[in-house]
Amino acid sequence: MSEQPSPAEPTAEDFQVAQRSPEFQSLRSTHRKFVVPMTIFFLVWFMLYVLLSIYATDFMSTKVIGDVNLGIILGLLQFVTTFGITALYVVFANKSLDPQAQDLREALESGDYARTRGPVVGKEA
Amino acid sequence: MNVMLPAAEKAATTTETVGTPWLNMAIFAAFVAVTMVVVLRASKSTTTAADYYAGGRSFSGTQNGLAIAGDYLSAASFLGIVGAIALQGYDGFLYSIGFLVAWLVALLLIAEPLRNTGKFTMADVLSFRLRQRPVRIAAATSTLCVTFFYLLAQMAGAGALVSLLLGIHSRVGQSLVIIIVGALMIAYVLIGGMKGTTWVQIIKAVLLVSGVAVMTLWSLALFGFNFSDMLGEAVSVAKDPAILEPGLKYGLSDVTKIDFISLGLALVFGAAGLPHVLMRFYTVPTAKEARKSVVWAIVLIGLFYLFTLVLGFGAAALIGGERIMAAPGGVNSAAPLLAYELGGSVLLGIISAVAFATILAVVAGLAITASASFAHDIYSNVIKKGKSTGKEELKVAKITVVVIGIVSILGGIGAQGQNVAFLVALAFAVAASANLPTILYSLYWRGFTTRGAVWSMYGGLIISVGLIAFSPVMSGAETSMIPGADFAVFPLSNPGLISIPASFLLGFIGSKTDPYKESVEKQAEMEVRSMTGVGAEAPVQH
Repeated sequence: MSEQPSPAEPTAEDFQVAQRSPEFQSLRSTHRKFVVPMTIFFLVWFMLYVLLSIYATDFMSTKVIGDVNLGIILGLLQFVTTFGITALYVVFANKSLDPQAQDLREALESGDYARTRGPVVGKEA
Repeated sequence: MNVMLPAAEKAATTTETVGTPWLNMAIFAAFVAVTMVVVLRASKSTTTAADYYAGGRSFSGTQNGLAIAGDYLSAASFLGIVGAIALQGYDGFLYSIGFLVAWLVALLLIAEPLRNTGKFTMADVLSFRLRQRPVRIAAATSTLCVTFFYLLAQMAGAGALVSLLLGIHSRVGQSLVIIIVGALMIAYVLIGGMKGTTWVQIIKAVLLVSGVAVMTLWSLALFGFNFSDMLGEAVSVAKDPAILEPGLKYGLSDVTKIDFISLGLALVFGAAGLPHVLMRFYTVPTAKEARKSVVWAIVLIGLFYLFTLVLGFGAAALIGGERIMAAPGGVNSAAPLLAYELGGSVLLGIISAVAFATILAVVAGLAITASASFAHDIYSNVIKKGKSTGKEELKVAKITVVVIGIVSILGGIGAQGQNVAFLVALAFAVAASANLPTILYSLYWRGFTTRGAVWSMYGGLIISVGLIAFSPVMSGAETSMIPGADFAVFPLSNPGLISIPASFLLGFIGSKTDPYKESVEKQAEMEVRSMTGVGAEAPVQH
């Protein structure tokens, strides 16, 4: 990082052209398609667990292995899913987000991004 | 972070102590000596604002992950959660799950874009494409509120911890300890800046997690590594199978049930809105390292809460609720008593010192956040309109640290024996209501405007603080701050259930009704930067 010549600072026009480029649209939708369902999943799963713990105490007190009951097991599962989502996201980000983000970043930092891609086309709604 | 310390008052009035106070003090002094050396070394390379606020952006993801864990796991969460599980069993465990799951919000939605679009503070991100002045002032106000409440809780907690661990029970003695903690905090931050503070947090995180790991293995070994046997013993000591079941604390009435849902929301949305946590994402060189630091933080924090589950039930089985409640410090003494039971005075000394180190590391992180917010947002960008030099800003930041230190010492002395949980609930609720909605909107919603941001932040702040003021935490119950009075018209102790949705709604309505159109260019720039890391602040080369 320290060896390279300092990258060009993109202009306001560069950013607008980049935002509309198919590359950026693809990066953004790749990110959202993963992040939005995952966020909904863990929030719903956490709230479900909280609600079960509060309103379904008998169910949660069901003994499963020795003195270990369902509540403790579901609680430990919250840890498992948290670790799991973390691992999934890291694999996903390394494989699907980073290469796309890097290509765009390099294109923008090489200078003259807007001129080589064509100017901003009108002002879309 | 604290479930802690309704027992603070109790601690101040009891007079017996377990273990050997001088040993505890000696181990703690050794920690201070070691960290001071590290901080002094770090000070040699702290010259610019980026060094002071962001540690030169030179920390690796792993180091920063450790530091985040060090910043997040307060003494209160250690002592408080172990105690809560030991006494209320399962319901104590519910707490820790919320504290962990919250980190997914940071991982998936916040850490990387924040690193890509900001420089030093939360306000950098929020004001990127909105109007600087109003947004920065609002963001700095909520940052200062959150850090002040949190700081006060930690300082008051330090006083309570002292009576428990060092055998200092007089009010004067405890005040003296609060002064020492405050002075050390000022010294760490002034001398070492973010770099020194980060190292203190790293050392503390390693000590805390390994100390807790040793105790966990040790107590499990006593039950032949059979967790079920430990639970069985906990039940027979408590003479109550309900300790393994949900409901001991939150199942009492419909209000406590709804209160728990409210708390769960505040925990999940609060963690990723805590300014001192957000600021840590600027200490790494790239978004990828920011991601890595959250992964490390999740692993460490997750392990820590798993360990506290074992320790809590271990304390319930090996010591029992009655002895815990009878000890000085009450519920918070479960972990120290367990350490004493397992490894005698030496282990107790180590665990006590770790608990102290924890307070120091957390208050130092809070102080640097507050000083950055004041110097960078208010002084440099609002008062001086961005025309101050880095040197001037740094000077203001350092003066601010001293002022914050003195204010929190005085506040900590004043808040001694107060219900500390009150202050922490306030900090988390304000973070979740005032900060998080605005951060999410500004990163992910194109139509978000300045009015939306200002309404959401002030609205979230006022509603959450207001509801707490009229809740049973403030008045109307035995454990209230003002037990004699009763103006608790709002039944829940935690305002999250109302204030978080309200803040999201205010942000939406504010944006929709804002006649002022935000810059399309800036929005494009922010979105592209946040996703790609173009032109993100580079690490400082020394």
